[in-house]
Amino acid sequence: MKSRAVVFLKKFGFVLVFAAFIAISWITRFAGGMEIGRNFRVFFLEMILILPLMFILIGLFDVWVPRERIMRHLGPGSGAWGILWVVLLAMLQAGPLYGAFPVAALLWRKGCSVRNVFIYLGAFTTIKIPMLAFEVGFLGWKFSLLRGLFSFPVFIAIGFLLAFYLKNRQFEVREPG
Amino acid sequence: MIELALTTALALLLSFLADRGKTLAGLKKGARMFLNILPAMLVVLALVSVFLYLVPASLMTAWLGKGTGWTGIAGAALLGSISLIPGFIAFPLGAILVRSGVAYRVIAVFITTLMMVGILTLPLEAKYFGWRVSLSRNALSFAGALLVGLLMGIFL
Repeated sequence: MKSRAVVFLKKFGFVLVFAAFIAISWITRFAGGMEIGRNFRVFFLEMILILPLMFILIGLFDVWVPRERIMRHLGPGSGAWGILWVVLLAMLQAGPLYGAFPVAALLWRKGCSVRNVFIYLGAFTTIKIPMLAFEVGFLGWKFSLLRGLFSFPVFIAIGFLLAFYLKNRQFEVREPG
Repeated sequence: MIELALTTALALLLSFLADRGKTLAGLKKGARMFLNILPAMLVVLALVSVFLYLVPASLMTAWLGKGTGWTGIAGAALLGSISLIPGFIAFPLGAILVRSGVAYRVIAVFITTLMMVGILTLPLEAKYFGWRVSLSRNALSFAGALLVGLLMGIFL
């Protein structure tokens, strides 16, 4: 029983302290703490709206897509087609970067190569279509086009570099918990 | 957001019609993964909330607008790397900077580092990839983002 409490504290200790700080800030009308609390609410709402949906999709993906298929299309030896597929997959997604890590972990578990896992992350951070649409609206198509054009070789190169560095190093993507 | 909700609903419906047991197993798996990552996620959100309070958008605009030379670029790169600003704040901010006459290469560096480098999300990333790999990935992305931003500056 005691060890369970310790595990809980280790997991949520920081969050509890943060919550206490926000609560005390409200009671004492400490403007800074209240502002931080309001910021937190905005981000928390974004997360709690998007992530459960994403994890439903991830769970369904997990049970429906067989490992052989990912292995064949995105695994080591999938070549240029593997890169193309993984980039397309990343481009179709939306949401903040922290939503990409669990997908990357799932892809890896299903046999996606190290190189393609990192290319996935790179494409996710730079050329998601929903984000591009938004970016074009504010900064113009020339800005987005140039950014996409220059980013592409960069994140592909990063994928190759990391895969090369991690070869023979027993690298694995862990799933927390 | 609406697209995501519709996609999820459709996928869920199709999956449920095809195989009830499998669907429930998938939902359970998804829920477990979500709950496992939730604590680390809340830490990141708390860090971001504190950061945005310490460095509000108005202050960012002031910093980025200061120098168009190397100090401006260094400031933009640093700010972009640390911040985790959602697109709905970052792009309008970029547009404001353009209108107030900030050099395009400074804005480009800010946006590219913002997207590709995530210092505040490192604790979360490390849970999946380990610290060494996460740091390496972000360091490489930082160099890449700087390169992309500067190249864009030449053409804009």
